[in-house]
Amino acid sequence: MKKIDARGLSCPEPVLLLRRALVKGEDEYVIIVDNGAAKENCLRYGQYQGYRVEIAAEGEAFELRLFKKEADT
Amino acid sequence: MDKDKFPFILAAGCLGAGAGVLTALGNPGNMGLCLACFIRDTVGALGLHGAAAASYIRPEVCGIVLGSFLLALYRGEFRPKGGSAPLTRFVLGFWAMVGCLMFLGCPLRMVLRLAGGDLNAVAGLAGFAAGIAAGVFFLNRGYSLQRAYKATFLEGSWLSLVQVGLLILLFLHPAFIHFSKNGPGSLHAPVVASLAMGLAAGAAAQRGRLCFVGGIRDWLLFKDGRLLKAFCAIFLGALLSNLLLGAFTGKIFFHLGFEGQPIAHNDALWNALGLGLAGFACLLLGGCPLRQLVLAGEGAADSAAAVLGLAAGSACAHNFGLAASAAGPTLNGKAAVVIGLVITFAIACFNTYGKDRSL
Repeated sequence: MKKIDARGLSCPEPVLLLRRALVKGEDEYVIIVDNGAAKENCLRYGQYQGYRVEIAAEGEAFELRLFKKEADT
Repeated sequence: MDKDKFPFILAAGCLGAGAGVLTALGNPGNMGLCLACFIRDTVGALGLHGAAAASYIRPEVCGIVLGSFLLALYRGEFRPKGGSAPLTRFVLGFWAMVGCLMFLGCPLRMVLRLAGGDLNAVAGLAGFAAGIAAGVFFLNRGYSLQRAYKATFLEGSWLSLVQVGLLILLFLHPAFIHFSKNGPGSLHAPVVASLAMGLAAGAAAQRGRLCFVGGIRDWLLFKDGRLLKAFCAIFLGALLSNLLLGAFTGKIFFHLGFEGQPIAHNDALWNALGLGLAGFACLLLGGCPLRQLVLAGEGAADSAAAVLGLAAGSACAHNFGLAASAAGPTLNGKAAVVIGLVITFAIACFNTYGKDRSL
């Protein structure tokens, strides 16, 4: 599992950090963001890249957990 | 793809149509909303530049910041923060404004000019896209202005408080506040209509994260077309309202061509370079002038610094003869745009290659 701390960063930087990490193709990622725009953009990008995304509020921040979807075959 | 709950595209279309209506109610041609022009006019009203024809406290700007501020408070999205390179953002805002005043409009007015049939804005759009592409090059290589940190409620509210003060000055109109007697600054819709439109635009832009730089940027970076669709919706909304208003009032709100366009010049190269500088600088800021106002309303002190940079840029642009006019660009303005491109390029390089990469 790879953890990314994107607190304090404004868009598009959190999504770019996520994109850079997703290239490694791990099964699970956690990214922490602290604003609504970053949350929505990372959610959209994760889903677009074929991940299931769970969001949990953590104080004033949001923790997004990305899980690689099982292959259909 | 999941749908947004908020009817974002519809709201963007209404925003475009509303801008057309403000023009019919008295705002200058193709200038229902223009953040560059309106910040410049407000700066003029405060006596910070000497352009007598461009002075008026524009309630649209106050409304956009306060609309974002109030909606962010209501939705629990008000997050006071700061400390992410505020002075670099001030400088980028300054040069973005110099670029906008070479073109004669912010990216939003570029769309409104296109919707009014002003083909000079096509060159502006090409330059704008090129400027954003230049910034994306650096983003892909790690460009960052580093993190912002939590700040106090007051620190995140300053720009909104300033807007309240400006509205009071607008209503009281003391002798030291200058309002244009002629020229674009004298053309304005009734205060209530302008303020209402500003509040609605600010709220919609806050909710939908509307950004013109983001539209092209997100498509280049992620092939994400959400903001680009809003871009098109604003164009279509404004085009439709221009055509309908023209049909009902008998006045001309749509005039296709290069010549005789309201508050525009037809020097394609400098239109392109002007918005190229604005696009590049705004990309490095993380958003267009509209987005900076909205983020400042949401509590981002760094975006407020960018807005102050825009304001300072507009004052210098008029005091030093950098701003273009219907007669075309000035020599000083051309030199300033080139200097601005060099400085913006240096800022991009420094924050991409010259920083600690411990992020």
